[in-house]
Amino acid sequence: MKRLSEKMREIAAPLIAVGVIAVAWEVAVIATGVSPLLLPRPTAIGQTMWMNSEMLLSATVQTAIAALSGFAIATTLGIIGGSVIAAVPVLRRSIYPLATIVQMVPLVAVAPLFVIWLGFGLPTAIAASAVVAVFPVLAATIDGLRSVDHGLREIFALAGASTWTRWRKLDLPASIPAIMTGLRIAAGLSVIGAIVGEFVSGYGGAHAPLGIVVMTAMREARTDLVFGAVALSAIVGFVLFGVVSIVGWLLVNRWHASGQSEMEIRR
Amino acid sequence: MSDKPAVVCEGLSCTLPSGVQALRDVSFRLQAGGLTAIIGPSGCGKTTLLRIAAGLARATSGRIQFLRRDGSADPIRAGHLAVCFQDARLLPWRKVVDNVALPLELAGVGRRERVARAEAVIHAAGLDGAQSRLPAQLSGGMRMRVALARALVTDPTVLLLDEPCSSVDEFTRMQLDEEILRVWQDSGATTMLVTHSVSEAVFLADEIVIMRRARVHSIHRVALDRASRDRTSHAFSQEVELVMRSLAVAAGVVVP
Repeated sequence: MKRLSEKMREIAAPLIAVGVIAVAWEVAVIATGVSPLLLPRPTAIGQTMWMNSEMLLSATVQTAIAALSGFAIATTLGIIGGSVIAAVPVLRRSIYPLATIVQMVPLVAVAPLFVIWLGFGLPTAIAASAVVAVFPVLAATIDGLRSVDHGLREIFALAGASTWTRWRKLDLPASIPAIMTGLRIAAGLSVIGAIVGEFVSGYGGAHAPLGIVVMTAMREARTDLVFGAVALSAIVGFVLFGVVSIVGWLLVNRWHASGQSEMEIRR
Repeated sequence: MSDKPAVVCEGLSCTLPSGVQALRDVSFRLQAGGLTAIIGPSGCGKTTLLRIAAGLARATSGRIQFLRRDGSADPIRAGHLAVCFQDARLLPWRKVVDNVALPLELAGVGRRERVARAEAVIHAAGLDGAQSRLPAQLSGGMRMRVALARALVTDPTVLLLDEPCSSVDEFTRMQLDEEILRVWQDSGATTMLVTHSVSEAVFLADEIVIMRRARVHSIHRVALDRASRDRTSHAFSQEVELVMRSLAVAAGVVVP
């Protein structure tokens, strides 16, 4: 019961903080009389979101598809690439520093290249999302694999296990805590990448994603809609981050059982 | 039960990458089915010796051979030789039963058979009820028993024990020693035990190889028969004293 109430408090605290900030924002806008073109009230943003709910829902789904696809590609490439780089010393010395430099190139500057290669539309948003999200997964995988306990590897060596078997049964599971850290970072980045990709790829119509909604609303000076689209993109990122965190917790938490259960079984 | 090989070390030397000479011309024989203890101060090369025997390190010169009763070489395959290290080295995400079954899994044994064999070894090790526990839920002594069960699950002919009791308290050590003795008697494996503890060596071993500065200083044959190895007896204390004296001579503390 105590643990449950602690969990409830953990969840309630940020929600209360959001509520307090929203009320303060509302009061401040009314009190100062600032133009809604510069800073609309939270209630006005909510109202706009409600009135455009169908369009915004469709946009959110589009952006979520781009971000999820980018995240899935980044996860696959990051884990496979990281495993290969960690296993081959030559690649670790040559490719890894190169990847470190490449990930420092600003995505906004590179995104137009994807338009040239992939054209306008969803593929560009997915590519931008994957490119920005892949590096944290790659780096975390390499770090995780390189810090696998040498003693455990000797157990596999004694049994004559192949490199592939050892990777499946030891290296990858042992690296999960590190990889999950990379995936949590990648989850947030994949949404940023998708939005940037949408900015440059400029596809609209019935399936306009959140990035396009933001750009269109900006041109039309509909600040409340800009805020609404931004809030929804943040929610997409938050949900993805939350799912990855929960999966990571479920995978890793049970390894570190509490001392209480140790006492139960000690004899 | 398959025939157990004798382990023969001939002129074994090993220089570590750091330049330290870990072994110098080490020669001795582990009797087939016997239990031999390797004892000596830290850094005398006993763990290096065990690692070379396990195939985890290479000798600079000399060789270790596994010989059958008829004198022919025994090509020890994976699973025939098992090692229990001083740390349990269990996979933290696997239940006890899956940790114990790991060597069988890596040898390609089917799930049903390997679980049955692991359950049998777990039962013999007195770990009933712990099958579904994770390593983090076990005490240090229980983890070592799981590691020992994992080493035995393939029914090895050669068993190498690298200070398996070093990380547990004296009480648990005595319990584990009883366990090792039972395991060795049941399996009949040719066993090499690296240890710091003289009383443990006297309690368990047929022969004690005393090492000093990367060399074999002397080999002591334990005079007590198995039935008289009661730790509280006068005869046991005298035997321990004898080995202690050899150790003190090896360490240069006492003049022979």
